[in-house]
Amino acid sequence: MSLWVDKYRPNSLTKLDYHKTQALHLKHLVQQGDFPHLLVYGPSGAGKKTRIFCLLRELYGPGVERLRLEHMNIQTPSNKKIDITTVSSNYHLEVNPSDVGFHDRVVIQELIKTVAQTHQLDPSGQREFKVVVICEADCLTKDAQHALRRTMEKYVATCRIILVAHTISRVIPAIRSRCLGVRVGAPTKDEIISILQSICRKEGLSLPNELAERIAMQSNGNLRRAVLFLETCKVQQYPFQPDQKVAAHDWEIFLKDTAKMIVQEQSPQKLLQIRNRLYELMIHGIPSEFIFKGLLQELVKNCDMQLKTQVVEKAAFFEHRIHLGSKPIIHLEAFVASFMASYKKFMEATVADLF
Amino acid sequence: MHAFLKTGKLSGGQGSLSGAKDKPGQSGVLKKKSLTPWVEKYRPRTVNDVVEQNDVVEVMRQCLNGADLPNLLFYGPPGTGKTSTILAAARQLFGDIYKDRILELNASDERGIQVIREKVKNFAQFSASSIRPDGRPCPPFKIVILDEADSMTQAAQAALRRTMERETKTTRFCLVCNYVSRIIPPITSRCSKFRFKPLGNELIRERLQLICSEEKVSCSNDAMNCLVETSGGDLRRAITCLQSCSRLKGSGVEICAEDVQEVAGVVPVELVNGMLDVCRLNNYEMLTEFVDKLMQEGYCVAQLVEQLHEVVVFDTNMTDAQKASICDRLGVCSFRMQDGGNEYINLLDLGCTIIRTMKM
Repeated sequence: MSLWVDKYRPNSLTKLDYHKTQALHLKHLVQQGDFPHLLVYGPSGAGKKTRIFCLLRELYGPGVERLRLEHMNIQTPSNKKIDITTVSSNYHLEVNPSDVGFHDRVVIQELIKTVAQTHQLDPSGQREFKVVVICEADCLTKDAQHALRRTMEKYVATCRIILVAHTISRVIPAIRSRCLGVRVGAPTKDEIISILQSICRKEGLSLPNELAERIAMQSNGNLRRAVLFLETCKVQQYPFQPDQKVAAHDWEIFLKDTAKMIVQEQSPQKLLQIRNRLYELMIHGIPSEFIFKGLLQELVKNCDMQLKTQVVEKAAFFEHRIHLGSKPIIHLEAFVASFMASYKKFMEATVADLF
Repeated sequence: MHAFLKTGKLSGGQGSLSGAKDKPGQSGVLKKKSLTPWVEKYRPRTVNDVVEQNDVVEVMRQCLNGADLPNLLFYGPPGTGKTSTILAAARQLFGDIYKDRILELNASDERGIQVIREKVKNFAQFSASSIRPDGRPCPPFKIVILDEADSMTQAAQAALRRTMERETKTTRFCLVCNYVSRIIPPITSRCSKFRFKPLGNELIRERLQLICSEEKVSCSNDAMNCLVETSGGDLRRAITCLQSCSRLKGSGVEICAEDVQEVAGVVPVELVNGMLDVCRLNNYEMLTEFVDKLMQEGYCVAQLVEQLHEVVVFDTNMTDAQKASICDRLGVCSFRMQDGGNEYINLLDLGCTIIRTMKM
């Protein structure tokens, strides 16, 4: 039994539920048997990978669904051996070079070049080119991106590259100008609701509209999350109640509580407790970016406009530093401490005004 | 370079545009023609085809007529024809023996100090004769093209210094880069520098129109303006954009301005103005709502920042002090995002700054 997310993932361009004109355009694109390098970007859960797979299926037929997992060994110039896992079919190769950290340049140079340099043995009946899907392209180092530039031009006859990214702000312009950008925006609330309803219909369940609406609200435009929420609700309780609780992620609740603690009391002891909680979050693999965003959203709720601007400015400042340093916890804690300081000052000033 | 040789695009008669159409080795399969990107197909084939860059074309032309070739350093923004110029020149200089006389290294090749010491040095040490195998004369040197030289390490650049001098008899170097400031001074002083300027709007339009008529693409006037505007002097970007649009729309359908905007990743004007309008309301909740919406749509924030800059600078209602403080923050945010900063937080920060300055 597979999860609903996988079970109801559309597998052809015509079956996509939203961005239909874009789907039509993509269909045009592959109909000519060829497409340029693509750069697919959009928020998570908006359907980037789904679209890519539909595209590949359209191009190569159902053969692309036979996937296999491979481990590759690559040696860096400094004689360090690195392992990378790839998912591939006969026609395409999916790889996430940022898995190996700052060695990603070597992966790009070696792996992709090897794939790109091999021609198809029998070009009749199949395409002349293979497709390399590079995930998290926005996390590639600048070196790796530069290495990609000429590779993209040089091997265009045998290889097409599809880059997947959350945001293209971090992709260098030289790569952007070589790719066709495909923006996949998140579905709207109504679109999510109608998808949830149609899934329930196929499963033979009845879903009250209020619940669908609340799930859509809580999913924040992330369709994958919405479907997962729906399935969790089904496991918890069926038949659905319109006022049923939609269980949010544990870590989100934990983060909200942490933010509350910060607002309640500003003291060194509290800071120590907060540190433990932040560590707890990071141990469970929550990216520091999410922690920052979550904390910021909660903390500004209790501030006036002037303090809000200050807090946001601080958040941006410390968040930037994370990317320059190596230990996120230091910067997270610095942010919490500086928030505490300015919040306390603000509270004292308000109290003083009262008397 | 390999792409050129494989598809044989340059092997046609020199200077003739029709050279692109016969492809030895791959002919017979008509479908293959559509596989070449237009950027490669319409690359200048001779030095004379290179537009706008008069100084370098003049030097190259003299060199083709027998004058000596200095070491070259080409720099300038992307898409202005740096790589195309040197490749075309080399092609004209050497003709068929082009392959033996050129060593092209770019950022996709390993280019540490080791490679410079061994590969480049070895290549440079071989002497070249001044006659081709078929008896015709050709220049008695080889060319090492170091593409994207600004991504070479300092150590590797330093290793080049002596090699460059010692082998002047047999080898010329051509360094191609975007930022000349990243090349160490000892190297720049050994080369004659040529700056490639961004192409003018008229030239880009001309080129695009030529391609449109060659490829039988119909493109509305608005779309053409939009293409030229968004390219910002980068011809490669404009051509890729044009080709992408025509592919997306399917053949025979006219390309309109909206398609170009979508493909070029431009943030719609309404959203850019919307950001300023939201900030005028002086309401934090409205701002977060707007930012949330923008993030969900997946627009590129770096692009938005760029476009906001343009709007702010030419705004007539703001005072200079306001403009200055907003632009300052624009710069800071753009810098942070380059380093990998979170888009959401930076955009909020920017919004807050605008709100504050609007009240001034």
